[in-house]
Amino acid sequence: MTTHTLEKSESSEAIPTRSSRLSLLLTPPFGPLLFLFIICVIFTVLPLLRGQEQRFLTVQNFALIFQQTAVVGVLAIGQTLIILTAGIDLSNGLVMALTSVITAGLAVHGFGPRGEALYVDPIVAMLIGLGVASLAGFINGLLVTRLKLPPFIVTLGTLNIAFALTRMYTTTTINGLPQPLLALGSAITVFGARVPLYALVMLVLFFVVWFILRETRIGRHIYAVGDNREAAALVGIPVNRVLLLVYTSAGFLYGIAALLLLARQENGDPQAGQTSNLESITAVVLGGTSLFGGRGHVMGTLIGALVVSVIRNGLTQQGANPIIQTFITGILVIAAVAVDQLSQRSR
Amino acid sequence: MPADYTTTPVIEARSLTKYFGHVVALDRCDFEVYAGEILAIIGDNGAGKSTLIKALCGALQPDSGQIFLEGKPVHFRSPMDARNAGIETVYQNLAVSPALNITENLFLGREVLRPGFLGRVLRMIDRKTMRTQSEEFMKSLKFRIQDMNVSVESLSGGQRQGVAVARSAAFARKVIIMDEPTAALGVKESRMVLDLIREIRDRGLPVILISHNMPHVFELADRVHIQRLGRRLAIIDPKQYSMSDAVALMTGAKTLANAEQV
Ligand SMILES: Nc1ncnc2c1ncn2[C@@H]1O[C@H](COP(=O)(O)OP(=O)(O)OP(=O)(O)O)[C@@H](O)[C@H]1O
Ligand SMILES: [Mg+2]
Repeated sequence: MTTHTLEKSESSEAIPTRSSRLSLLLTPPFGPLLFLFIICVIFTVLPLLRGQEQRFLTVQNFALIFQQTAVVGVLAIGQTLIILTAGIDLSNGLVMALTSVITAGLAVHGFGPRGEALYVDPIVAMLIGLGVASLAGFINGLLVTRLKLPPFIVTLGTLNIAFALTRMYTTTTINGLPQPLLALGSAITVFGARVPLYALVMLVLFFVVWFILRETRIGRHIYAVGDNREAAALVGIPVNRVLLLVYTSAGFLYGIAALLLLARQENGDPQAGQTSNLESITAVVLGGTSLFGGRGHVMGTLIGALVVSVIRNGLTQQGANPIIQTFITGILVIAAVAVDQLSQRSR
Repeated sequence: MPADYTTTPVIEARSLTKYFGHVVALDRCDFEVYAGEILAIIGDNGAGKSTLIKALCGALQPDSGQIFLEGKPVHFRSPMDARNAGIETVYQNLAVSPALNITENLFLGREVLRPGFLGRVLRMIDRKTMRTQSEEFMKSLKFRIQDMNVSVESLSGGQRQGVAVARSAAFARKVIIMDEPTAALGVKESRMVLDLIREIRDRGLPVILISHNMPHVFELADRVHIQRLGRRLAIIDPKQYSMSDAVALMTGAKTLANAEQV
C-alpha cells in the first residue's frame, strides 16, 4: 500500500498516514471476494481428492446457487442500506412474509370477507404488496427519525407487529397463485443452464443500488449520515430525510423480495422469512460492511450472500450434516464482526 | 493587504443580549469584523464568546439587538441561513466524515452534479470536477496533496482540522468563524492550521477566531476583541499590548488605561 501524504509545501514535512494492511485486505469487496474464491476452490478440489464426480464447478450448480441466493440477497440489499446509516433492521423477513401473504391473498381470494370478495387483479395485488412493504419501511423510518428510538428496538417491535398481522391475515398457506405472480419464476437459458428471472432481478437490483450508492448525491449522503451524523447535519445534509428515504426504500426492496419469494415457492406462506433478518445481516457482515455505519459496499453483500449459499451447497454435495453449515456460518459471522470491531478500534 | 477600518464592517452586531434563564450570556454586546482581518475573541470561561458567535452564525437567536451583514440587517434562523449568506463556521469537534476521502469531505453537502441529464435527472455526482477543483483549491492554500482519495481518518489531527478549515474557506463568501480550531491539536499540528488561517486572511476573507491560546492569538490576530461578563470590554492592537496585559484585562485584574474604549 502506498503512503499518502498531505503536506505543507514550505516545510515539506511529510506526515505518513496510518496505513493498515489489514484494512486494505478488508476493503470490500476484495477480502470477501477472495474468501468466496477460496471456498469455491475448496469445493471444487474436494470431489477430485475423493474421486467423486465434479458437481460443484458446473454452470447448472452456479445457476442453482444464484437461485437460492435471490430472496435473501434482495432482503440484504435493504439491510445494507440501513446498516450503512449505522442502523439495523430485524423486521425485514416478516415484512416480506406479511407482504407475500397479502399479495397472494388478494390475488387469489380478492378483497373483503370471503364469499363477497371483490376481485383484485393480480398486478394490482402486487402493487398493493409493494405499497404495504414500503409503508412498513416508512413507519420504521418515522419511528427512528421522529421519536429518535434505536433502530434495533423499533424493528424488533415492527417484527412482532408484522408477524402478528401475517397470522391474523392467514394461518394457512395460500395456493393456486395466478400466472402474473409466477411470471418471475420462468427461466431463461444462460450458458446452457436454466436461470429463473427472479435470480436476474436480484442481480439487476444489486447493480442499481451499487450505482446509486456510488454515483449519485443521495448515495454519498447515505454514507455521510452513517459515518458522522453530526458532521453531515452541520454541512446541511437533511439527515432525517435521508434516513426516512433509506428505511422506505429498504421496505420497498422487501416488497420485491416478497414477489420473488412468491414466484419461487409458488404459494403464499405465512411461515416464511422467520430467520431472514439474521441471514440478511450475515450477508451484509460477511460482505465487509461495518455495523458502525458509513463503510461498506453493496457488492460485498452480494458476495456475502453467495458465501453462505456456496457453503450450504458445497457441504450438501459433500453429504455433510446440514446443521454444520449453520455452525460454520455462525463462526464466520463472529469472525467478520470481530474484524470490523478491531479495525474500528485501530481508527 | 491590511484591513481598512474605515469601510463598512463585513459583520456588525449592535447591543446583542441573550439570556439563559437568569444567566445573561450576552449583555448589550457589540461586535464588528472588517474585510481582510483576523479578529480574535478572547475572554474568560463563561464570558459569552461562544454565545456571541452562535448568534452570528445562526445557531441561536439573540433576545434583542441587531446583526448587520455588510451594512444590511439580517436575521439568521438557522446555521443554514447564515451559510447561505456566506458565513461559514468551523466547529471545535472536528466536523469531518472520517470514512470519506478529502474531496468528498470538501464537497460534502455541496456535491457538484454532472452536466445535463445525468446530473439533473439522475443526480449523478461529478467526481472528476470535484477532484480537480479540490486539488487546485488545496494547492492555492499551499497544502500539497498527493492523493485526494485517502480517507480523512488516515490523516493526522492537524490535517483533518485543515480539511475542515479548507472546506469552510472554499465555500465562505463573507467570513469564517472558528471556535478554538487548535484546542485539540499538538504544537506541530496547530502550526499547520495557523498557517492556513493566515493564508485565508491573505486571500481577503475575514476570520473570526476564538481561542484561549494567547501565543496563537498574539501571533495571528490583527485586532483582539476582549469579551468580559457578556460585553465587549475593549478592542486592543496585539502589537501594542502584551499577553499579560490582555489576560489581566479579560480576567478583570486590570482595568483599561489606553486601550480603545468601547
Ligand atoms: N445553552 C445554554 N444554556 C444555559 N446556559 C448557557 C448556555 N450556553 C451558555 N450558557 C451560559 O452563558 C454564559 C456564557 O457562555 P459561553 O459558552 O458563551 O461562554 P464562553 O466565553 O464561550 O466560555 P468558554 O471559554 O468556557 O467556552 C455562561 O455562564 C454559560 O454557562
Ligand atoms: Mg466557548
